[in-house]
Amino acid sequence: MPILQVDSLRKSYGSLTAVDGITFAVEKGECYGLLGPNGAGKTTTIRMLYGYTPRDAGRLQLFGLDIDEQLRQIKSRIGVCQQEDSLDPDLSVRQNLVGFARYFSIPQTVAEQRADELLQFFALTSRASDNVRVLSGGLKRRLMLARALVNAPELVILDEPTTGLDPQSRQLLWQKLAELKEQGITILLTTHYMEEAERLCDRLVIVDHGQILVEGEPAKLVREQVGQSVLEIAAPDAEILDILKKEDCRVETLGKRLLVYLQDGDELFLRLTRQLGTANCTLRPASLEDLFLKLTGRELRE
Amino acid sequence: MKLPPLAPISFRCLRVWQRNFEIYRQNWKISFVPPLLEPLLYILAFGVGLAVMVGEFELQGRTLSYTRFIAPALVAVAIMYNAFFETTYNSFVRMYYQKTFDALLATPLNLEEIILGELLWGATKSLIATLLMGGMISLFGLFDYPGALLLIPLALLGGLCFAAFGMICTALVPGIETFNLPIFLGITPMFLFSGTFFPLQNLPGWAQGLAQLLPLTHLVALVRGSALHLWSGGMWLSLLYLLVFAALLLPLAIKLMVRRILH
Repeated sequence: MPILQVDSLRKSYGSLTAVDGITFAVEKGECYGLLGPNGAGKTTTIRMLYGYTPRDAGRLQLFGLDIDEQLRQIKSRIGVCQQEDSLDPDLSVRQNLVGFARYFSIPQTVAEQRADELLQFFALTSRASDNVRVLSGGLKRRLMLARALVNAPELVILDEPTTGLDPQSRQLLWQKLAELKEQGITILLTTHYMEEAERLCDRLVIVDHGQILVEGEPAKLVREQVGQSVLEIAAPDAEILDILKKEDCRVETLGKRLLVYLQDGDELFLRLTRQLGTANCTLRPASLEDLFLKLTGRELRE
Repeated sequence: MKLPPLAPISFRCLRVWQRNFEIYRQNWKISFVPPLLEPLLYILAFGVGLAVMVGEFELQGRTLSYTRFIAPALVAVAIMYNAFFETTYNSFVRMYYQKTFDALLATPLNLEEIILGELLWGATKSLIATLLMGGMISLFGLFDYPGALLLIPLALLGGLCFAAFGMICTALVPGIETFNLPIFLGITPMFLFSGTFFPLQNLPGWAQGLAQLLPLTHLVALVRGSALHLWSGGMWLSLLYLLVFAALLLPLAIKLMVRRILH
């Protein structure tokens, strides 16, 4: 039985369809990614999962329980880390954790012990009595995540957990999320950082305009849909274009740059560099970002 | 206007009350100052400055000093202010800027419980203000006991009424600046024309009728009647008015907030 089962989920705001029939399932212990550009419907989907946003249609089951019948029980078993900072600015770091535990009817002594464990885990112990107003963005995020874990949830829902963080904070959070996964906690994550998804997600979906475009394991998806590697050619001349026309491969033109998607091997790359020199050619492995852009396009959003 | 049905409400609303109470307790030294000092200022201004011009006058067969006349009204006004400002500005800040309700919605609490917790807290602020102000006023011998003890349940009832009124404003305003409108059109006229600073009988007949529509009029009547032992049959009607007001506005406030936040 999957931990989370989403069936034909739909939500519209007036004439705008935010979520347009999304179906997926998250298995116990896996990290599942929900990827998509801004406005793709990721946050709306997440918010429907814990009953924040009422859905228009579709079925939602968590831990095998129907959300319409047992929302309260479901909510006591999940942890949600929202995109926006919703920490209590009137309370200290530790009070934010202990106070939050009360909403789950966790006894005071258990809550305090749990808070101290989480402070330790997220390297916040030295800031325990600080007011949250003075925390940096990275520390706030860590505290948000710690707070989402205060009820020892079986499923953690993270909405863009590292957006706006510096590389150091991001690395630390990724490391902590990987540790949580090792502890057997199921994670559902939205992001538009491809590196994050590649690193953490066992499986993922890419959504756009409220619909799922593709689902699967990230490495496998990239291999199937994009290829093995990408050859980037800066400022290509007519000779190169001529050669490429004869080759059986997908070529994308980005202004003064060419992207050549290679299915297998570096044979074409070797041939090209032998004929033309390597100056303007770079060969790199195909990435999730290539897949993402292929599926959602390169146009700016919003 | 279509309003959503209410979800079941449990004891969990008290957790929200508890959160607000805990923060209030942390700042109690600052929070306690206004309700203690305010009556002193009023008694000084009206008792020393204005009372000289007004002198003593007769009300329901009793001779009253002006200070004695307005002292209960000050408590009634404080009941209104404390609840109304708690569920307008303070609740709005928690809802909109601090995203407190968003965070709480990811816990076993539902929105109905969160809002009810806020409303109960608003009424509690009214009660605290009443105890502090009432105590201070009693030191000057301006209240009659045991009648003045009725101010405790009245503070809760009046507090709930004005907390609900405030929360309805919070559910409807586009931004925090818009609270000026209900204050200017509702709170300030009530402050002035609810029998607070002069008896309603001084108003022309049509204005007396209008004043009877205002909740503060009835709260002032009940608080003054109890604190000064000026009992009258009309107090039962005032009590009925506030009970009906609370019974109608509390569920409406919760429903409007649910509509605002979730839909």
